[in-house]
Amino acid sequence: MMDFLTTLFDMLGSASFWVATLRVATPLILGTLGVLICERAGVLNLGIEGIMVAGAFTGWLAVFNGADLWTGVLVAGLVGGAFGLLHAVLTVWLTVSQHVAGLGVTLLATSLSAFAYRVSFPQVSTPPTIEAFAPLESLADLPLIGPVLAGQTSLTLLAIALVPAIAYLLYRTPMGLALRMVGENPAAAEGQGVDVIAVRTGAVIAGSMLMGLAGAFLTLSAFNAFFFNMINGRGWICVALVVFASWRPGKALLGAVLFAAFDAAQLRLQQAGGVLPYQIYLMLPYLLSILALIVMARRAAYPQALMKPYRKGER
Amino acid sequence: MTESLPALRLANITKRFGKLVANDGISLELGTGEVLALLGENGAGKSTLVSILFGHYVADEGHIEVFGQPLPPGNPKAALAAGVGMVHQHFALADNLSVLDNVLLGSEPLWQPFSRRRAARARLIDTANRFGLGVNPDARVATLSVGERQRVEILKALYRGARILILDEPTAVLTPQESESLFTTLATLVTEGLSVIFISHKLDEVLRVSARVAVLRGGRLVSVRNTEHTTKTELAELMVGRSVTLPTREPRPHGDLVLSLSGVHAAHAGKTLLDDVGLMVRAGEIVGIAGVSGNGQHALADLLCGTLAADRGEVSVSGQTMRANPRDWIARRVARIPEDRHAVGVVGDLPVWENAVSERLHLPAFSRAGIVRGRTARDFTRRLVTQFDVRLSGIDVPARVLSGGNMQKLILGRALSVAGEGVTPTLIVANQPTWGLDIGAVAYVHRCLLDAAAAGAAVLVISEDLDELFAIADRIAVMFKGRLGPALPTEGCSRAAIGLAMAGSTASNTEGAPLHAA
Repeated sequence: MMDFLTTLFDMLGSASFWVATLRVATPLILGTLGVLICERAGVLNLGIEGIMVAGAFTGWLAVFNGADLWTGVLVAGLVGGAFGLLHAVLTVWLTVSQHVAGLGVTLLATSLSAFAYRVSFPQVSTPPTIEAFAPLESLADLPLIGPVLAGQTSLTLLAIALVPAIAYLLYRTPMGLALRMVGENPAAAEGQGVDVIAVRTGAVIAGSMLMGLAGAFLTLSAFNAFFFNMINGRGWICVALVVFASWRPGKALLGAVLFAAFDAAQLRLQQAGGVLPYQIYLMLPYLLSILALIVMARRAAYPQALMKPYRKGER
Repeated sequence: MTESLPALRLANITKRFGKLVANDGISLELGTGEVLALLGENGAGKSTLVSILFGHYVADEGHIEVFGQPLPPGNPKAALAAGVGMVHQHFALADNLSVLDNVLLGSEPLWQPFSRRRAARARLIDTANRFGLGVNPDARVATLSVGERQRVEILKALYRGARILILDEPTAVLTPQESESLFTTLATLVTEGLSVIFISHKLDEVLRVSARVAVLRGGRLVSVRNTEHTTKTELAELMVGRSVTLPTREPRPHGDLVLSLSGVHAAHAGKTLLDDVGLMVRAGEIVGIAGVSGNGQHALADLLCGTLAADRGEVSVSGQTMRANPRDWIARRVARIPEDRHAVGVVGDLPVWENAVSERLHLPAFSRAGIVRGRTARDFTRRLVTQFDVRLSGIDVPARVLSGGNMQKLILGRALSVAGEGVTPTLIVANQPTWGLDIGAVAYVHRCLLDAAAAGAAVLVISEDLDELFAIADRIAVMFKGRLGPALPTEGCSRAAIGLAMAGSTASNTEGAPLHAA
């Protein structure tokens, strides 16, 4: 037991643990913010899993074909936004079931990416690689957090910077108020002169762009190649994290980092060996997130118009 | 009419929904500083008309002028900009947001990268003080009372600089005291030069607040009267199109004790719904339960329909303890009229005849060896539909196509036949039995309940409409926060005392008897 605790404390004190945590957390932060923006406007976006695949693939493909890294990020964002537009057309304009449309977008985006990959690279056994984002080693001299930040890339800093930016947007601007209002009571927003359809469409596109970035982080920063199953449920984790975060950006960051810390910890605990079979460690982050979700979600105040399509002039 | 430019002019407004003509060539003017009442029954076209005015709907014909300027159709934003403010019957507020957020929305350019919240807050407080509409700008709307929410709705319009205020059935959800305070506010608004359209189907308050009354019936404007030159009777006849006499209560002998509740306590998800509720209703007696919605009436009705179990206390009908099982209650001949006729009263997609027999489908009268006796059930439905004057094109149409009044008559007929045709039920539990019905249908429902009581049924009526309770109940009890006050004879009750009890204050220092349990 003492051994275990010592390992734990050593781990929490080590810069490499936090470097890994932040790296794992980055796509979750971006994805969770994306889902959060959509849901605050009243639209569930289960397209996230597929949009992350598409973002990861297209961002990487752009860079592989000679674009620079930031152009790759932009491409991933635009592709995410395009799938967001599709989801908005289905759910906001045509008022299709948000669950069904979202799963449809996920299947479509995933399959299209796989198809395009196969067409582009018919006969490769090992995935081709690119020169990914480099760690920001110049930050190593900063006190305390220097060593942790030095292990990160610009995309991670961008993700963290987006948290206060989105919080400001939501709580301190007319646009943010309109966005929250269409997710709470669209009829009221309409009555105050807000175009509900436009705001919801915009929110879904913006949120989906962030999902695209979340995917691109994996191919342009965490790894340097594209694999089919690399998203591996991260999108679904984001959907759960939004509930955990009670639809608040700050808590979304906390949730993403917490989940990532469990994930980074279980890897180390596995390596440190121990009495438990390794599968238990693998399960750990998920078990703990279910637990946290139960505690947090019971008190969660859902956006009241979440998943409720708005049809103008309907009683 | 004054010679000056009218605040609002509607010219020949026509709106059709499929075959239904909701508004048929309506022309109307509203003077500056005037309160115009728009009177009409449900379905007369009042809400459609103001929805067109506010841009929720687009009229098929006709046009609107505000202060002499044409108003573009179907555009709430343009209506707001022209100075038209709307106070919806079902408040258009976001519960999870603050009062300030609700008011501020839409008042700033959407793309402005910041929000002037401090200035907005000051202006909101200023507006509130000017019109006597005190409310805390930082409170979450969910924590406000109904009266306060309405103030926020009015403030929202005033904040946006409304010169014309439309109030859609504003008193429907208010206690009598809150209504009084609203009328005071309206007087202030008019002195400040605002024009008001006051929509209602309650004659007393229309006579009370308006300068002129426009009466709508069946989508047409049937008459515009000066309020001081008209009477309640005249307005009622104009509204219904014929003279309607509401049934009145006559003294009846009361029989044995039928419904008895003592010390009943019920809770759901940690929230107390019913707290030490005691009540007795005798055969031949009508007891009314008053209260603002959400104070436990729903739970009380569920308890008496067998769909909610009490954690403590005794519930009995004719001396027999009851369990929380609807079939038991039906077997004890309890007629149940639910609050929400669409959601709970009928299964909308099933045909009328299946709905009519649904309570007693398991009995030999309508099924044999698990097979429905279709012909018997249909014959029964035909008789029921005739007897209760349910107007429909056939008993095979889905129940949802019936109008509110006809649907309620169907439910009433089914409920009153719970003990078999022509047999009076032991107990009738009617929750908001006339909600949303027109005067003719209200009179019919009241007649049925009074007749049932005269024939020996014990009747419990839960209603938010005090007029209804005063009209038919022998005794009235007030429900507040899950507690039920003593049921006192209607003759001894004052509206003021009941209103106070509905708002939760004990009436110890006002006239009349105390209406609350200690």
